[in-house]
Amino acid sequence: MTDRRGARTAVIAIWVLLVVLPLMPLFVWSAAFAWRWPALLPSEWGWRAWRYVVSPTTGVRGGLTGSVGIALLTTAAALALGAPAGIVLGRATFRGKRAVELLLLAPFIVPGLVVTMGIQILFIRLGLTDTVRGVVLAHIMPALPYVVVSVAGVAANIGTQAEEQARTLGASPWRAFWHVTVPMLRPGLAVGGLFAFLVSWSQYTTTLIIGGGKVQTLPLLVYTFTRSGDNPVAAALAIVFVAPAIVALVIAARSLRDRNATAGRV
Amino acid sequence: MGIRGIAANEQIVIPVATRRRSSFVTRYSLLLSLLPAIAVVALFLIGGVGFAFAQSLGAFALVGDSELTLRHYADVLRDPDFIGALLLSLRIAAVSTLLALICSTGLAMILRQRLYADGPLRLLFQLPLPIPHLVGALGITFVVSQSGVLARLLHALGLLRDRADFPLLVADPYGIGIVLVYVWKEVPFITLLLLAALAGIGERYDDAARTLGASGWQRFRHVLLPLLLPAMLSASLIVFAFTFGSFDVPLVMGRTYPKALSVWIYERFSDVDLNERPEAMAVSVLVTFVAAVFVVAYGALSRRTLARGR
Repeated sequence: MTDRRGARTAVIAIWVLLVVLPLMPLFVWSAAFAWRWPALLPSEWGWRAWRYVVSPTTGVRGGLTGSVGIALLTTAAALALGAPAGIVLGRATFRGKRAVELLLLAPFIVPGLVVTMGIQILFIRLGLTDTVRGVVLAHIMPALPYVVVSVAGVAANIGTQAEEQARTLGASPWRAFWHVTVPMLRPGLAVGGLFAFLVSWSQYTTTLIIGGGKVQTLPLLVYTFTRSGDNPVAAALAIVFVAPAIVALVIAARSLRDRNATAGRV
Repeated sequence: MGIRGIAANEQIVIPVATRRRSSFVTRYSLLLSLLPAIAVVALFLIGGVGFAFAQSLGAFALVGDSELTLRHYADVLRDPDFIGALLLSLRIAAVSTLLALICSTGLAMILRQRLYADGPLRLLFQLPLPIPHLVGALGITFVVSQSGVLARLLHALGLLRDRADFPLLVADPYGIGIVLVYVWKEVPFITLLLLAALAGIGERYDDAARTLGASGWQRFRHVLLPLLLPAMLSASLIVFAFTFGSFDVPLVMGRTYPKALSVWIYERFSDVDLNERPEAMAVSVLVTFVAAVFVVAYGALSRRTLARGR
């Protein structure tokens, strides 16, 4: 028995190693000045890449503010549009529900490249290409399903009982919804919002096609430096690019654990 | 479907119980809640695909006259470059999905043990989940390219004389590097889906089989695997469709020939010669058709609804 447990732990350890391995060279490269073949570690270390990333004159700052601004706007829009749908899908049954679910989940599967290329001609006519507004609009669709799914999951779990109790005690429908249900939905809104932020943050194709190179975001910069073969700067940018994702993973894991803990107590 | 199905609001039946208890969910709030999300997705999805289709027929031409024709489809289907790209993308998607599914099933079987239920290990194995594909592609290139970390390690150990002797894994003709990124990225995703399915299945069947004297492999093969199959299939459909249409990984790690289909499409789309665009759109429509088949298959397979999913 202990043998098998040992084997299992070994498999997990190997997998964790494989998961972490590709992220290690990013840190080494970002702090390397020269790292020639076949040296195991850089022959010269230096902060050139990081100085480039924080410098106000290199355009990295523009990409960073672009990424943050677009992701925040997308998150707000996706929450506003997706949360009501998630609540309804989580706790109401109605005819045609499967079709609505399928439609709202379709952006998970339908390639963003195709949809964005098709819609670009419309955006050109509406004057939305090369603008931040246009890029935000294009980011909403891929972000929306994540909000719908997370909110629907929580809404299905909490049900309608608490709201009905508030109604029995004399609260108006709106008051009962706002003061009882919405606070209970908070974990779903938080996780959905987090995902929406990350989806927008990671978008490369849509920003490229709708932004037309005029709207700069971090992934476009990462790609540019990857292609030009400037490994240190590409690695440093990739670390900045990946940082919110790591933070989000920890927050999401913690909020899920809190939710389970709460559910256990009730 | 979509807007039209909902707009005919006579169709929507709210369970009597909900209506009587006068919950906030009423007929009108139901409509008002769903419409914005449906409108946005329908506009982009149907609009995007619709405009792509129109352009593939020669409409909205940016240069010259717009004339409706099926010529672009015929041209594309006869283009050997297109066939090469299609086969490469299909192969990458199939191999990535299969490898990821095998690894995920193994991982899920181990991680479902209570021992690992909660802890830093579970968080660590999920690490690739939120990491953008672009970063995964860059990191894996740094590891497996001919002057990457692996080649340097082998050289230091005296097992590799020159970096040219290291197998070509990035920008290789089979898309091995691309497959590695997808497997790295999708295993946590499939594993999470399988763990959720396992939690729903519970321990009862497993315990019953154990009591009846089934070995570990027998319990997996004849008890858990059949129960897990629907979750495995729907996860595979999502991953296959995604990897088939994905663009940024092959853009970074692919080679000039053969190209992945998405890269082939984008290059024609952004070509200086605007006459290439309808061909890009024609292939887009074909890809969307494949994706749509997958969406419908996924819908038919996964019987559970969002409400019951948790």
